[in-house]
Amino acid sequence: MSDTINRLAGIAPGSHLDQLRNRRAQAKTSAEESFTLLLSPADEGDFPVADRRRVAFFVALLHGDAEAVSFYEALLGEDPLAGGLRNEAERAVAPGPWGRYPVGPLSAEDIQGPALAIPDAAGFEPKLARALEHAHLLVLHPRDASPRALQALLDAGWSTTGVVTLSQLVAFLSFQIRAAIGLRALSRV
Amino acid sequence: MPDAVLTHPDNAEPVEFTRAELGWVPWRAPLPEAEFTKRHYDGLVDRGRAKSPYFALLARDPEVLGARTRTDKDIFYNTDGGLPRAERELAATTVSRLNSCIFCASVHARFAAHHAKAPEDVDALLAGGVATRTSPRWDAVVDAAAALTRTPSAFGPDEIRALRATGLADDEIADLIFAAAFFNWAKRLKLSIGKPTPPTAG
Repeated sequence: MSDTINRLAGIAPGSHLDQLRNRRAQAKTSAEESFTLLLSPADEGDFPVADRRRVAFFVALLHGDAEAVSFYEALLGEDPLAGGLRNEAERAVAPGPWGRYPVGPLSAEDIQGPALAIPDAAGFEPKLARALEHAHLLVLHPRDASPRALQALLDAGWSTTGVVTLSQLVAFLSFQIRAAIGLRALSRV
Repeated sequence: MPDAVLTHPDNAEPVEFTRAELGWVPWRAPLPEAEFTKRHYDGLVDRGRAKSPYFALLARDPEVLGARTRTDKDIFYNTDGGLPRAERELAATTVSRLNSCIFCASVHARFAAHHAKAPEDVDALLAGGVATRTSPRWDAVVDAAAALTRTPSAFGPDEIRALRATGLADDEIADLIFAAAFFNWAKRLKLSIGKPTPPTAG
């Protein structure tokens, strides 16, 4: 079975690093299972597969990893929103993670940074636009997460289960892309 | 009436890093235990987690939760060789500190301090942040976990060489990469669907 982390990291079957990964076989298969459940689900529920892949492409762009961007662009396929996703990913970017602590002694460590606000003119359905804004929050400044941010999703029509799946998707990609970056470096030194 | 998040106006959210046991409250309703079926219990992996508001909320997508949890358990608890438990927990603590997750840092700082028997080093990391220096090997682990946590990632050949210079073998480095990467998954859930509550009395 193909393994997406190995593919993103450029690890060949049977290589030294592939053998290292097989020492943690349950983690390997469960990570791949997560990828399939989130990006190619048998039952998409109220989070359509096309929107899942748009969010994934956007998240890959935010991470700035060329391999992940190519992979998720290919998974998205021909999509009229692809150009818009690229444009939005180039806005409101700064080195992450930034954000604010609850007011107290750690406030001295607060780092200001932009929140993403996608204008209606960008042409996304409101439900997708709010999901992309939430993905930007989770990827780059999770410290700023708030009930208000979740309320924006609910107001746009997201169900609680949809919010859970969206959060898992962005969170999983934050793992998968980093695992691939780490293994790629290990394979080259 | 519009659907609304759960607010906890009386909660005094912790404002400092600590190794004390914190609580956590969700901003959306967990799945009520009465509505759990076999599918949901399978997703929890450990049945007792139905009592946890965090896992019971994530159980609304049970298959994804199950895959997440099996990934987590193998990365952190499979002790068939590889990186010592203490340093996997050190990586988790580093990611939590850098992403400002006061709740997760409290849990994994406790584990790291326990396994390493070095609570003062863990406390120094919590107090001073990821630039704090403790010992050459721990410094290399913290630096690598922090570099991989930044977006865009700052992890590359320098981190690998620094880890090898302090004696880490490739299987240990692979475990470290997965521990740090997994915690970037965990943070984005724990921080975004609820918030911590103060240590329980006693």
